[in-house]
Amino acid sequence: MNKKLMHSYYWMRENLFDSPLNTLLTLLACGLMLWLIPPFFDWALWNASFTGDTKEACDGEGACWVFVKVFLPQFMYGFYPEEQRWRINLAIGILALLVFLLMRWRHEQKAKLSLAALVLYPVLAYGLFYGGYLGLPIVETRLWGGLFLTLVVAISGIVGAFPLGVLLALGRRSEMPVARAVSTVFIELWRGVPLITVLFMASVMLPLFLPEGVNFDKLLRALFGIMLFAGAYMAEVVRGGLQSIPRGQYEAAQALGLSYWKQMGFIILPQALKNVIPGIVNTFIALFKDTTLVLIIGLFDLLGIIQATATNASWLGHAIEGYVFAAFVFWVFCYSMSRYSQHIEMKLSAGKENN
Amino acid sequence: MEKLRDPRVRAWIFQVVLLTLVVGSIYFLVSNTLENMARQGISTGFSFLSDSAGFGVIMSLIDYQEADSYGRVFLVGLLNTLLVSGLAIIIATFLGFAIGVARLSHNWLIRKWAAFYIESFRNIPLLLQIFFWYFAVLRPLPGPRQSISLGDTFFINNRGIYFPEPSLDSNGLWWLGIALVAVVILFVFRHISHRRQVVTGSYLPMKSITFAVLTSTLVIGLLVLGQPLSWELPELKRFNFVGGMVLIPEFIALLLALSLYTAAFIAEIVRAGIESVSSGQTEAAHALGLNRPMTLKLVVIPQALRVIIPPLTNQYLNLTKNSSLAAAIAYPDLVSVFAGTVLNQTGQAVEVIAITMAVYLTISLSIAALMNAYNKRKALVER
Repeated sequence: MNKKLMHSYYWMRENLFDSPLNTLLTLLACGLMLWLIPPFFDWALWNASFTGDTKEACDGEGACWVFVKVFLPQFMYGFYPEEQRWRINLAIGILALLVFLLMRWRHEQKAKLSLAALVLYPVLAYGLFYGGYLGLPIVETRLWGGLFLTLVVAISGIVGAFPLGVLLALGRRSEMPVARAVSTVFIELWRGVPLITVLFMASVMLPLFLPEGVNFDKLLRALFGIMLFAGAYMAEVVRGGLQSIPRGQYEAAQALGLSYWKQMGFIILPQALKNVIPGIVNTFIALFKDTTLVLIIGLFDLLGIIQATATNASWLGHAIEGYVFAAFVFWVFCYSMSRYSQHIEMKLSAGKENN
Repeated sequence: MEKLRDPRVRAWIFQVVLLTLVVGSIYFLVSNTLENMARQGISTGFSFLSDSAGFGVIMSLIDYQEADSYGRVFLVGLLNTLLVSGLAIIIATFLGFAIGVARLSHNWLIRKWAAFYIESFRNIPLLLQIFFWYFAVLRPLPGPRQSISLGDTFFINNRGIYFPEPSLDSNGLWWLGIALVAVVILFVFRHISHRRQVVTGSYLPMKSITFAVLTSTLVIGLLVLGQPLSWELPELKRFNFVGGMVLIPEFIALLLALSLYTAAFIAEIVRAGIESVSSGQTEAAHALGLNRPMTLKLVVIPQALRVIIPPLTNQYLNLTKNSSLAAAIAYPDLVSVFAGTVLNQTGQAVEVIAITMAVYLTISLSIAALMNAYNKRKALVER
């Protein structure tokens, strides 16, 4: 015990009080902690209201979690009809199962199976969500909302952006001047403008671009804009991967007499993409946070629906609980993904050192 | 047939096909658009820019009235965008560097606080942070009559922060003159110090010199010229404050959110930059007899900057583009007033969106060019 005490004493002297400046900083940091943490817990837990289902149930000084509790189904599913929500749950269940199987399973065809899942799953999921066959009633996309919509936008955005990004990256590195110019202009154009103008364009201008009578609904238009936007960012990530492959690999692939697409598909891209998995995950995190912007063009993602319910006349004054809830959800998603990306990065660099 | 196997021929064919596709789709889109607009009776062209706007804007850096043209509105929005992004870039840079250095501090507690700050701010969507500051913090503040007063000079209420407005007195120009002289003197000293450091290794005590020059300028100025500025205090008249300057809550919310969010990213960049300088460099500098501040200034920071600057540029660009989220809380930036209000009033979506996008593209490309030039100057000179 005594030894432990001595140990922590030395640790503190070394890490907290090793100079007058550090002592001052330590005291300041402690003060900041005392100033922020107890009031936060007072508000969020000790004085908060959890039970009941009306605004009147919230009498305390603290947070009114009843607000979040009452609207939780909306926060999760938007206006999706209650008796149809099993379809969303089923699709998410299938997704979780697929990811689990593909991560666990060791099989030589794993890459092909993953690719097949990547192509087939969105079709299946869209079929489930929208319905209109096998007795499933149609659920219009304007009823989609909440965390469900956030996930739909983010995941389909990244899945659509991926092939586009790969093509653009190959184009930008190509030896053909026309392909290079087209890809470069496309990438720089989308990367140079804010997502919000892209969304405005998708919602206002896209209907003008198309021939008379052809029309998409608002969600698809937004998705289209997001895919192009994310595709440009993805292209730069993939280009980084392509540049990291040593010249010898390109030359060896050529020497084998493979065609361009075979060189890329079998030799260059598998290595390049593996190297940039962390970059792809980071792009996804950025896109996931950016999905909140769709509320500006009138779609109800998680933040959009919280904003809408916070202005509900019978629940005024509880926006802050909604924001804290949304912040928590987004934080959990983004933080775990960024940890995953760091983990992969570490694994990749460890592998490199062994070579 | 044999020719088709020649890669050069195939490349040509591919490029011709690609070019045809691109030109074809552009033609398809443009002709559709023109046709649609003609059918819906939307006029084309940029003549609307000189039409009268007829709506008010809550914050403007230049003189603006409702009768002014759409072109003027565009300028108002552009200046508001530049103001909020410029200020946010400055704040985010200082805060980001401080937190990035704190992340590497010897002090365990400071290190953890910095990590906590970074991980919480960068993992929460910016729009949510803007909403938080605006709807949850600034809007619920008391009204003008119950303002929070700081020494009867600063007033905080739900219409913004009011503070004294400085105005230059008649001797203002003289003050500007002696300030300029002081700056020139400092530059001369810096130049001498640098020369001496390069030639002999010893250097002038720049900190003391700077302090001496600045205080003597201040004292001489006050003795000879007197006060340079006079302050006009905000005053509460019946319903609102009159006089002084005001920062509207939309501006504060956007500025706070942009700076705090971007600072978290800059902190990570700074940390990575400092970590990228190997400890051998520091040890070698110590062995040469440089003290800690000189090691930082002459050895670590110049090398770290090389790693820091390219991603830092990206953050500046992101911040400028993110300032367009102003539209969500109606801060009158370019997107909010021009791509929002003007578009709705005129219906000329194509022109308005094209102008808006062109502005952001220009800003992006020029910041990128500027930073590339700086980067080239700082880049490693290979020998």
